[in-house]
Amino acid sequence: MKPAPFEYVDPRTVDEALDHLHRHGEEAKVLAGGQSLAPMLNFRLARPAVLVDINRVAGLDGVTETNGALRVGTLVRQRHLERAIDGRFPLLAAGLKLIGHTAIRVRGTVGGSIAHADPAAELPALLACCDGVILTRGRRGERSIAAAEFFVGPLMTALAPDELVVETRWPLPAPGTGWGLHEVARRHGDFALVGAAALVALSDGQVRSARVAVFGCGATPTRAAAAEATLEGRVPTVALIDDAARAAASKLDPHADLHASAEYRRRVARTLMTRALSDAISRASGSAR
Amino acid sequence: MGAKYFGAAVRRREDPRFLRGEGRYLDDVKVAGLLHAAFLRAPYAHAAIRAIRTERARSAPGVVAVFTFADLETWMKPLPLFGAPPPGLAAAIAFEIRQAPQFALCRDRARYVGEIVAMVVADSRARAEDAAEAIEVDWEPLPVATDMRQAAEAGAPLVHEAWGTNVGVAFTHAIGNVEAAFAGADVVMSETFHIQRYVGMPLESRGAVAVWDRRDGALTTWNSTQVSHFVQQGLASALGLPHHKVRVIAPDLGGGFGTKASGYPEDHLVPIAAIVLGRPVKWVEDRREHMMSAAHARHQIHAISLAARRDGTILGLRDRIWLDLGAYNVWGIVLPYNTVAHLIGPHRIRNMRVDVQAVTTHKTPNAPYRGAGRPETVFAMDRAVDRLARELKIDPAEIRRRNYIRADELPYDFGMPYRDGNPLVYDSGDFPAALEAALKAADYDEFRRGQAALRARGVYRGIGISGYVEGTAIGPFEGATVKVDLGGRVLVATGAVNSGQGHETSFAQVCADALGVPLEHVTVVGGDTAGVPFGVGTFASRSGVTAGNSIADACHQVRAKLVKAAAALLEAAPGDVDIEDGQAFVRGVPASAVPLARVVQASIPTFAKPGVASPDFEATAYHHVPTVTFASAVHVAQVEVDVGTGHVTLLRYVVAHDCGKVINPLIVDGQVHGGVAQGVGGALYEEMVYDEQGQLLTGSLMDYLVPTAMELPPLETVHLEFPSPRNPLGMKGLGEGGAISPPAAIANAIEDALQPFGVDITATPVSPARLLALIRETA
Repeated sequence: MKPAPFEYVDPRTVDEALDHLHRHGEEAKVLAGGQSLAPMLNFRLARPAVLVDINRVAGLDGVTETNGALRVGTLVRQRHLERAIDGRFPLLAAGLKLIGHTAIRVRGTVGGSIAHADPAAELPALLACCDGVILTRGRRGERSIAAAEFFVGPLMTALAPDELVVETRWPLPAPGTGWGLHEVARRHGDFALVGAAALVALSDGQVRSARVAVFGCGATPTRAAAAEATLEGRVPTVALIDDAARAAASKLDPHADLHASAEYRRRVARTLMTRALSDAISRASGSAR
Repeated sequence: MGAKYFGAAVRRREDPRFLRGEGRYLDDVKVAGLLHAAFLRAPYAHAAIRAIRTERARSAPGVVAVFTFADLETWMKPLPLFGAPPPGLAAAIAFEIRQAPQFALCRDRARYVGEIVAMVVADSRARAEDAAEAIEVDWEPLPVATDMRQAAEAGAPLVHEAWGTNVGVAFTHAIGNVEAAFAGADVVMSETFHIQRYVGMPLESRGAVAVWDRRDGALTTWNSTQVSHFVQQGLASALGLPHHKVRVIAPDLGGGFGTKASGYPEDHLVPIAAIVLGRPVKWVEDRREHMMSAAHARHQIHAISLAARRDGTILGLRDRIWLDLGAYNVWGIVLPYNTVAHLIGPHRIRNMRVDVQAVTTHKTPNAPYRGAGRPETVFAMDRAVDRLARELKIDPAEIRRRNYIRADELPYDFGMPYRDGNPLVYDSGDFPAALEAALKAADYDEFRRGQAALRARGVYRGIGISGYVEGTAIGPFEGATVKVDLGGRVLVATGAVNSGQGHETSFAQVCADALGVPLEHVTVVGGDTAGVPFGVGTFASRSGVTAGNSIADACHQVRAKLVKAAAALLEAAPGDVDIEDGQAFVRGVPASAVPLARVVQASIPTFAKPGVASPDFEATAYHHVPTVTFASAVHVAQVEVDVGTGHVTLLRYVVAHDCGKVINPLIVDGQVHGGVAQGVGGALYEEMVYDEQGQLLTGSLMDYLVPTAMELPPLETVHLEFPSPRNPLGMKGLGEGGAISPPAAIANAIEDALQPFGVDITATPVSPARLLALIRETA
């Protein structure tokens, strides 16, 4: 379990990093926290010719709040963000706690998790759930890509080989928004077999907006549009929540692996959507009172 | 001799160095000029080797040598095989046994994914791995046998063609009159239970370092093994060296669990490379190699039937047992007969018939792992007992009360041999008392009272029981040498390797009491063949009893020598001299006390005069145990099942156990906890999975799920002490017990939680996906 030979570069600026990516294209791999890449290197599943270590690139590790959104530099460690949220985004805080274990979060970066795009990971799903945006830079300039367009397949994104994720933007839920997050993992800290996140805002006892994301259930994190449509503008009864989850589950395209069948994932996605929505609605109505 | 240390909760003396990261594990062994080995392993479960081309690898940067079978043919001797039936067992049961030799390198065919095809030695491990990738092999894939029951049938692809079958061990055994028992029963319960392939998974993988001294013709090899004397014997015969020219040292071990008690190709290949190249060679198994090439374990199927009266009294037992050996039958009758000898457990069942087949398949060879047949057989039995209870509408605790052997029935003679060939007779214990103690500690009655109300609220909690009686501390002996040095300090050397269970503490406690010295004056070294001539090793819950009693015996001999010398020094009769706390003194005359250092020094001849006695304060003992001691326990698990996701949460876990006289309750607790953790792994998480082509799908710890501290519930232990009459210290073995009952207790608890659904659990691990499918099938 030693990596195949590779060249190692450690640029100090984004431009320098982009030069390397431009020069080596598909042959290059970006190293941030290394929590996914390093094992893949050791298993020789990833065999980049050049490893571009961005850990020494300045200016990518800040957390700021601008225009109602958290702007999270790509190198911000998950553990750092967990501490920096400070009550502003309880759903994100809860999701961060489910990533691996503390030791992993101390190394693992927010941008790395997004760029790696594991369909069972929490951060891509949460970014999709809150209508977040990925800011990238290439030699031709910056792009801002909506999460919904960014994740295109398992470990596949809209990022070009010569682009770098430099920031993720997390719109803060409006005050009074309720949240819910449930996942089933074989063990604490494992990737979810399946999970669901929800953000719900109520007005006058009706659902003003509902956002639901499912993860670990198919090629990418998925917004449960059918559930959102079922709920919006309606009074959220237990029966309606159940209908919403059922409608969304029937649209999922879950995968099967060693640990769970596709049927299990679809079934449990429905259960977890129901639970996440119920929590979100109850939190939203709690804060409305 | 007082028991100052024996029984005391002495804190583990080895822990400071482990906690500071100063343990010296195999990979910490550094030697000047070290070369590093990597192995090319078979990518097919069954394939013929048509050609191997190594030229590219040989010319790769940093490569010193590449070895295939052809390159090392003169060195290739069959690896050691174990598990022939001892005479007492062979006389009672007709075993059909087939064992095929395995060579350290594939000769012309691979029989499992991971079998070694070639060895590369280079100046770094990374370069050795690069070169291993450059070796080209022309493979001809052959048909594979992966399902143990199909493999046992005629016409299945054969693992060893010369056998004409895949069955490596077969036998039938019966006691009493099982036909009459079944004919006279009110009810017969039958079910087939599957115990998956799961493994020891030590945190530290295997590894070896070998240094060849050409001048002296002597080999020194460090090996992360539980059995350094076995490794020494294997090497001495394979290399044609005198035993005293082969020194095997087991350094600190990060776990063993039986995984490191097998003989392995690398044990031989690393020393052979060091001899051939005249340079030291190191190999440290990486986790990917460990998954496919360290011994696998468990993996049985039991088609079991219980015949009972309506009141729950079990009259008879039939079991047809299959065991998946993997590609080589390394361990003979050990696992299959262990399985049979522990099937009945604490139950009073006088009529039994078993039909056993251990079958080779194209998978990694199977070997004993903590429990070695017992967790499997206890799963079948305790699941069957629960099923019978459900059928008869008797509480699972009550049916056990009615069937457990009472204390006044001990010694209890099965009328059949144990695995060591001696009569299977339970020596001591109180199984009903353990049952009641465990139920009480787990608040069984209170749990039952609350269960229905919780169910009404949609909370599904269950409680499960499992009990076992375990033959522990198999003999025939362990070696121990005790010597006192010039400063009066004591060195204990034993063949028992410390694989993490605290030998440096518990054996020092035994020694300090037996010799009459402070604990701090004792150093314990295990697993260095230079320290004691003959040894066996640490496995089968044996070291406490076998090494412990040998250490006590040797200490008694050394003590007699010290008393004799002190008597001469103090000018007293030996009968009046005592030793306590490192001082020799005339009884009743405290002022006469001299430190042992003084006794030793006075015994050494000077220019002026001979010593007061011969300065021979050394003894070696090989305490012979007559047969095993029977440890026992009852485990109770409490679980909660999320019926929406199939997820199981362990709420509490109670163990009431008897391991005879306890040397150190802290260490006993730790042993129980570690065993339970591995049992929890078997119950809920761990499984080595192969596809139909014999490809291993669980190639990493992302796929093979070992429980962490986060998955474990609070563990409570109740110590019951029933001394064994079979050794002077009254001890019984402990190491494996914790791992035996959790799969059965947890599966019973899950089934109990899901009573309203009528779920039948017949296989482990009980994963959320499997459990939800069962819930939805029955709902």
